[in-house]
Amino acid sequence: MATYAIRRVLWVIPVLWAVATITFVLMHLVPGGPFTQDKKLPPAVTDALERRYHFDQPLWKQYSLFLWNSSHGDLGLSVRGDREVSDVIRHGFFVTAQLGTMGFVVAVVLGMTLGTLSALNHNGPLDYLGVGFSTIGASVPNFILGSFLVVLFAVNIQIFKVLGWGGPLQVSDIFDSSAYDWRKLVLPVVAISALPASFIARVTRASVLEVLSQDYIRTARAKGLAESRVVLRHTIKNALIPTLTVMGPIAANLVTGSFIIETMFAINGVGKESIDAIVRRDYQVILGTTLFYTMIVTFANLAVDLAYAAVDPRIRYR
Amino acid sequence: MAAPRSIAAPPLLFDEDVSVGRQRGLWSDAWRRLFKNKLAVIAIVVLTLIALTAFVGAHVGPTGRYAPNGQDYTAGHRQIGPTMSHWFGTDQLGRDIFSRALEGVRISLQIGLGTQLVVLIIGVAVGSAAALGGKWSDNLLMRFTDITYAFPDLLAILLVRSVLFGRDIPIITDAKVLIILSIALVNWTTIARLVRGQMLSLAERDYVLAARALGASRWRVVTQHMLPNTLGPVIVAITFGIPFAIFAEAALGFLGLGVPPPTASLGTLVNTGYGDIQRNVWEVVFPAGSVALLMLAFTFIGDGLRDALDPRTR
Repeated sequence: MATYAIRRVLWVIPVLWAVATITFVLMHLVPGGPFTQDKKLPPAVTDALERRYHFDQPLWKQYSLFLWNSSHGDLGLSVRGDREVSDVIRHGFFVTAQLGTMGFVVAVVLGMTLGTLSALNHNGPLDYLGVGFSTIGASVPNFILGSFLVVLFAVNIQIFKVLGWGGPLQVSDIFDSSAYDWRKLVLPVVAISALPASFIARVTRASVLEVLSQDYIRTARAKGLAESRVVLRHTIKNALIPTLTVMGPIAANLVTGSFIIETMFAINGVGKESIDAIVRRDYQVILGTTLFYTMIVTFANLAVDLAYAAVDPRIRYR
Repeated sequence: MAAPRSIAAPPLLFDEDVSVGRQRGLWSDAWRRLFKNKLAVIAIVVLTLIALTAFVGAHVGPTGRYAPNGQDYTAGHRQIGPTMSHWFGTDQLGRDIFSRALEGVRISLQIGLGTQLVVLIIGVAVGSAAALGGKWSDNLLMRFTDITYAFPDLLAILLVRSVLFGRDIPIITDAKVLIILSIALVNWTTIARLVRGQMLSLAERDYVLAARALGASRWRVVTQHMLPNTLGPVIVAITFGIPFAIFAEAALGFLGLGVPPPTASLGTLVNTGYGDIQRNVWEVVFPAGSVALLMLAFTFIGDGLRDALDPRTR
């Protein structure tokens, strides 16, 4: 187990290196650069700009500089506004993390409730409703769902607003209630949580059904326990395990998959920054956000693998 | 005479059971199961109708009245809701949204199917090479798929897309093909892993051993005995891959990075419609609805195929 854990942790390093290299190569395969524009800048300006962002150096030098610096946590400068990339990511992630956390909470509560109700009402009307919801939520893209929500609740009935983020933009404002505008929060959070909620609902439904068919549930009923006690104590508690194992990837997906929703609702999170960076050819921001995303996904997978190995004694690794 | 008649009647009821006893292959069995699945059948019918309208109907009859890019600036003709002549309404430039949505559906279907064709070719080739080529090539593929799993899908597609669109690649100049390649180059690893896993487990089966013992060549064992048996799961994965490709294209279009204008892809239509949402909600409702309908149809067909081809779920 210890050697497995060490090997698994060390494997993260080559993965990060490979992703950084692939992204670097892909970016520099695109002709032109961030200062390519219709209006020609004076050569002196271009020279000074290129020197400032190290674009005047040969590629291998830029590459080794980038590897060296990013291994120290220095992700370089964004060509827009001359900001530190780590600063851009920190600000963006503060918003993305809020969106992700709220989406996660909604998804877990909604998904587990729907899944459990569906299973308890197996093949009944509630079950069809729950399965219908999770099928639609799992197959219709979130920005399509988002546009329907906007049409219904922001244009036809104007109860919610769409532009900008309704939470605090700075860490110091977390406890300031005036920094929150729930009318701006509802639609993006609902749109982003639909997919994970339907996924959780499916898993929960399947695992509750599985548990309900077990012998110990029949025993519990046979000895005369109240149905509520059978459901709460005996069923749900045991049915939770498969649901818990999908939580890690779901949380990682919420954070790394938010860029369409962020673009759609004009929320300045990491996702929107990275899309803007790809359009503007802001090399350092593309590299920085990609590395950041990769780290989140890799560490989420690592945590899941290690947790599996620790929890399930049947899993043996060499 | 009356008695034998009443005895003769039951065999008719029996007929179904007799036909069940008849020899049936894996595929006809799977077809039968697929057509018993109501949702899958409805999805197949709906999808066929949509595809017919998009590819044939767009040139004939009332569905082919307007060109997707036919602009019309007549007063009171722009950004209107659904009418008898414009079923989905019109946009900012007075273009008929129904015919634009048909063009979008056409692009979505072409990209969905095209992507999965490329994915199938790369995935089967790499997957079987990994399974049959020995430890070294196997390790290489597995490590590579590990790395692609660490990349968020859409971000990788966006990066590859900007490379493909930025370089002037000879021969391949069609924007649709470039989009197909960007999605396929990111999306093939799932099929490769699947084919590899199937091949590795099939190589241990008795009938493969028997074929080898009978002196069948390696090529014959692979193409005649192993590849056909990987087909079921691969078909299911490809069917689920089509809605993913349609989604990826729509997402690119929605971010303004899809097929360049004036070509109307569904994602682009949703994007422009979303911009005009205050003036004409129909401009976003119909294209978004088309995307949703396509995705649902393919998901239902995929579900049906999975249940039909996987004997364990019987």
